[in-house]
Amino acid sequence: MYVAVKGGERAIDNAHAFLAEERRGDMAVAEIGTDQIREQLRLAVNRVMAEGSLYDPDLAALAIKQARGDLIEAVFLIRAYRTTLPRLGHATPVETAQMAVTRRISATFKDAPGGQILGPTFDYTHRLLDFTLMANGEAPNAPQALTKASPVPHITTFLGRDGLIEAAQPDDTPPPDLTREPMELPASRATRLQAITRGDEGFILSLAYSTQRGYGRTHAFVGELRIGMVEVEMDIPELGFAICIGEVELTECETVNQFKGSKTEPPQFTRGYGLTFGQNERKSIAMSLVDRALRWKELGEDFTGAPAQDEEFVLMHADNVQATGFLEHIKLPHYVDFQSELELIRKLRAEAMAQNEAAE
Amino acid sequence: MDKSPQMSSPAPAPMARPDWLGLLARSRPAHLAALMPDPLPDHHLLRAPEIGAVMLRGRAGATGAPFNLGEMTVTRCSLRLSCGTVGHGYVQGRDRSHALRAAALDALLQTAEGAALQTRILTLLAAAEAEARQTRAAKAAATKVEFFTLVRGEDA
Repeated sequence: MYVAVKGGERAIDNAHAFLAEERRGDMAVAEIGTDQIREQLRLAVNRVMAEGSLYDPDLAALAIKQARGDLIEAVFLIRAYRTTLPRLGHATPVETAQMAVTRRISATFKDAPGGQILGPTFDYTHRLLDFTLMANGEAPNAPQALTKASPVPHITTFLGRDGLIEAAQPDDTPPPDLTREPMELPASRATRLQAITRGDEGFILSLAYSTQRGYGRTHAFVGELRIGMVEVEMDIPELGFAICIGEVELTECETVNQFKGSKTEPPQFTRGYGLTFGQNERKSIAMSLVDRALRWKELGEDFTGAPAQDEEFVLMHADNVQATGFLEHIKLPHYVDFQSELELIRKLRAEAMAQNEAAE
Repeated sequence: MDKSPQMSSPAPAPMARPDWLGLLARSRPAHLAALMPDPLPDHHLLRAPEIGAVMLRGRAGATGAPFNLGEMTVTRCSLRLSCGTVGHGYVQGRDRSHALRAAALDALLQTAEGAALQTRILTLLAAAEAEARQTRAAKAAATKVEFFTLVRGEDA
C-alpha cells in the first residue's frame, strides 16, 4: 500500500538557511565579491561559461559564489538561467584567424609566421606554492614590448598549401542545435563538437588521455594553440546588415594527426579541432583529440572498441549536468521503490529457507 | 586627395553606422554613461530593452562546416526620437540602460548632431578601446620567444 507522506518542509527551510550561512563562512572574514571572482578566479569563470554554454563572466562569477565554488553546481545554475532567455538569433561563425592573440604556440613549427607567443601561461612555472600570495604581495606588472600589427595565420594553412593536410572545406550547412532538438545518433561532426565543447572538462580530458595511451590512438601533435579575443558578428534584420555585437575570449586548438592515405586520398595529415569559451587550453586540446578519435569512420579507420571512438559512449556521458542529475537523484527518497525490493527479498528468502528445510 | 600619413593633424574619418554600432556593443556601460549622461533625448520605445541570448558558432577546423559553440548574453533596444529618427542598440551583456543609451546614440548619430557626437563620444570610446587592446597586445608581444642557435663546438 502506498501512503502519501508530507513533512520535512521545516527541515528543508532550515537546511537552506544553514547552507546560506555556511556559504558565507566566518563573518570575521570579508565577503568575496563577484567582481573579485570574475577578475581573480578567471579560469574557474571560464570553465563555468564553457560548460554552462553561456558567455557572461558576471553571471558565471555569481554562480560560482552561490555554488560555494562547486563548479558543476555553478554550471547547473547557468544552464538553468539560460533556459529563461529568449533566443535573439545566431551569430555568424567566428573568424578565429582574426583573433587578437594573447597566446599562440605551435608544437610543430618553431619558426611559425607570427611567432611563438607564450602569453599568461602556467607552463614553465615550477609549481611551487607561492607564499607571497598569502601575504599582501606586490601588485604584479607585466612588461610590454613594441608591437606592430602583423597577421597571425593559422599553421594548418601552410601545410594545406602543399596539400599535406586534409582541407577543412568551407561549408555553410546550418548546424543542428542539441539545446533545441534531441541529439540523434549517428551524430554529425557539428553536433559532436557542440556536445564536446560544453562537455565536462574532466571527462573530455580522460578520454583524450586514453587515446594517447593507446585506446584509439591518433598520434596527435598540437599544430597550433591560440587564445585571444574574437569579435562576434550577427545579421540584424531590422538594420539589414551585420554588426559586431560584442567580443569573446576563445581558446582554439588544431591538432595535426597521422593518416595512412586511402584509395582516393594520397597520404596526408588529418586534423582534430577544439574551440572553447575563455582561456581553457586543457579542455581545448582534449576536445581536439576526442574530435579526431571520433572521426574514424569518416577517415576509413578501424574501430578498435576504444571508448573515445564510441560516439554514443562519448556524447551520452559528456554532459556533467545530466550526469550529476542522474547520479545524485539516487540519494533522494526512494522509500516506495525500496519497500517493494525489501518485500521481494523477504519473500525470496522465505521460499529459499522453506526449500532448504524441506530438503533436510 | 592627400593620403600622406605625415599629415600634421589628420581629421578622423567619420565612423560608419555598422562600426559605431559595434563600438557601442563592446563599450563599457559605465564609460558610455559617463560620456552621455541622463537625461536622454525625448524618445518613444519601439522595443523596450530586452535581455536575450545569441548562439555563437565556430567552424570545424576553423574554416569548415559551422557548429554551435554556446550562447552569449545580449541586450537589445529600439526607439524613435521625436524627430522620427529610429535607433537600434545591440550590446553585449545584460545591462538594459546600456542598450537604451546605445539605441538613443545610434539615432542621434544619424541626425544633424551626428558629427559633433562622433567627436565628443565615439572618438573617446574608440580611443579607450584601442588603448586597452594595444596594452594587451604589447604584454603578449613581450612573451614572444626569440629563438637563437647555440654555437657548436666544431664552429669555434
